[in-house]
Amino acid sequence: MTGYIFRRVLQAIPVFFGTTFLIYFMVFAMPGDPIIALFGDKTPSAAVIEQLRQQYHLDQPFIVQYLIYIGGIFRGDFGISFSGEPVTQILARTFPVTIRLAVLALLFQSIAGIVVGLYSGLRKGKLFDSSALVVSLILISLPIFVIAYVAQYVFGVQLGWARTTVGPGAPLQDLVMPALVLASVSFAQIVRLTRSSVIETSGLDFVRTAYSKGLSRRRIVPVHILRNSLIPVVTFLATDFGVLLVGATVTEGIFNVPGVGNTLYQAIIRGEGPTVVSFVTVMVLLYLIVNLVVDLLYGLLDPRIRLVK
Amino acid sequence: MSNNTSRSTRHFVAPLEETPLVAIDAVKVDEKPSNLWIDAWRDARRRPIFWISGVLILLIIAVALLPSLFSPINPLTEECVLSNSNGDPTAGHLLGFTKQGCDVYARIIYGTSTSISVGLIVILLTTVLGVAFGAFGGFFGGWVDATLSRLGDIFFSIPYILAAVVIMSVLSQYRSIWTISLAIGLFAWPSTARVLRAEILRVKQADYITASEALGVSRMKILFQHVLPNSIAPVIAITTISLAGAIVAEATLSFLGVGLGGSIMSWGNDINQAQRDIRVHPQTLIWPSLALSITVFSFILLGEVVRDALDPKARALR
Repeated sequence: MTGYIFRRVLQAIPVFFGTTFLIYFMVFAMPGDPIIALFGDKTPSAAVIEQLRQQYHLDQPFIVQYLIYIGGIFRGDFGISFSGEPVTQILARTFPVTIRLAVLALLFQSIAGIVVGLYSGLRKGKLFDSSALVVSLILISLPIFVIAYVAQYVFGVQLGWARTTVGPGAPLQDLVMPALVLASVSFAQIVRLTRSSVIETSGLDFVRTAYSKGLSRRRIVPVHILRNSLIPVVTFLATDFGVLLVGATVTEGIFNVPGVGNTLYQAIIRGEGPTVVSFVTVMVLLYLIVNLVVDLLYGLLDPRIRLVK
Repeated sequence: MSNNTSRSTRHFVAPLEETPLVAIDAVKVDEKPSNLWIDAWRDARRRPIFWISGVLILLIIAVALLPSLFSPINPLTEECVLSNSNGDPTAGHLLGFTKQGCDVYARIIYGTSTSISVGLIVILLTTVLGVAFGAFGGFFGGWVDATLSRLGDIFFSIPYILAAVVIMSVLSQYRSIWTISLAIGLFAWPSTARVLRAEILRVKQADYITASEALGVSRMKILFQHVLPNSIAPVIAITTISLAGAIVAEATLSFLGVGLGGSIMSWGNDINQAQRDIRVHPQTLIWPSLALSITVFSFILLGEVVRDALDPKARALR
């Protein structure tokens, strides 16, 4: 196990340097003045330009700029947002909300997805299965902002069941609708993954043996079929948690959830290029860390993983 | 011992009369040999969703190529009338008007080519990059594979929407169909490379590859004539689905305001413009969203059929 952890962490190091370098390169090694480019059609004041030049050490050669920047990351310094607040401070404030939203969405999508997928798989080719397939294909096809707006309009404006935007402090009941919207994206994939896994497991010898021993369906389905079908589903859910943590930008923006994604959304909308870059970097690092932790946990749960080169 | 029982089948075990296992070993000998592509076509054409998605996609392509056939109003030349702002549908303007008083239907029709172009340019890019990285890495192995795979990991670790947001923020003065496709495609190729690499690792173990090697065929020739054609099927399936993904990505970026400039007709731009009036005038938001969703749905359906048809294992799950 120690060897596995060591190997996996070692693999993450070049990816860490590679991703940060790539983002930094895309922004600061482009021809022209990166500060002006980042502000688009708006022209920032001379004082702002001067301050940003100093913050990003633009008078130094590119590679020195990058090394200074990496040094900052190791000291926990991700720069200062456009409003003057340190990025780490914004993270400390917004990350708990994003985690709450992600956990809620994960809960919704895994329960609904596994139940529907199991039922579909057990009744392959029947009406329920075909309708679940059609619904999941439609859900996969709907861009998240379309789902978010439809939910906001139907449940928030028309029916008045939920508030259209999340209130201060992000109470749990306000997070239900954005979490359902987030969950709808992966729900379809979980249904299909569970379904195919259930069909595959149902055809295996040990299930047939269980039936021939005279065990009841009520015991075979949860104990023999479901438990053995969940391995690929759990893998998917684990990686999806990372996606939910960084991929909620649009949903958080539309529902005004005070999370990490919303900070990025607001910076994009206002055209605050430098803040966008800091937050994208932070999110990519978060994504790397979550994936690393997931992989390590996974190695702990499934010994076979550790043995793969 | 062989025994001819009919003109087209030949049996290699016992005579048919002596065995109840009717024609279990029958091999058709006077028919063209089947291959993966013929099997896939036979499988696909029997499925209604293949025809539904096919007709929808042909229609969408027709709209993209010849928008003037479908809309009498050309939004590129026709002035929008501000007094029609957020107006309800009238005769000749079936879907009403946007906030700027433009015809919603005409804008949707003329925005189709944007989505389709971005989708096609992105898959061209992801296929070229994905095949280059996946094929060479998977086939040559060793340090070539290690280098290419680690590079792929780096690009894969940055969610491509986030990367595109950064690229489009930097390229804010050069927003066009080409730059947005580049921004999406530059970070979307590693999944293609991974799928192809896995398939090549499998195919390269096959006996016919060993045979080619034994005959002294050059490595490059083996790769391009034998390995690649036999490993490309999963790439085709994933490409159909990435086309849908690219269309969504363009719409999302335009929706966020870092996509295409306002002068380019795009469903994402229209949705972005309409979102502020969602409470009072949801129609202008719904129609472009519907056009976008139907387009994405058609490509996802086609991708589904293609994947099932090219993967015999997936067929069994149906």
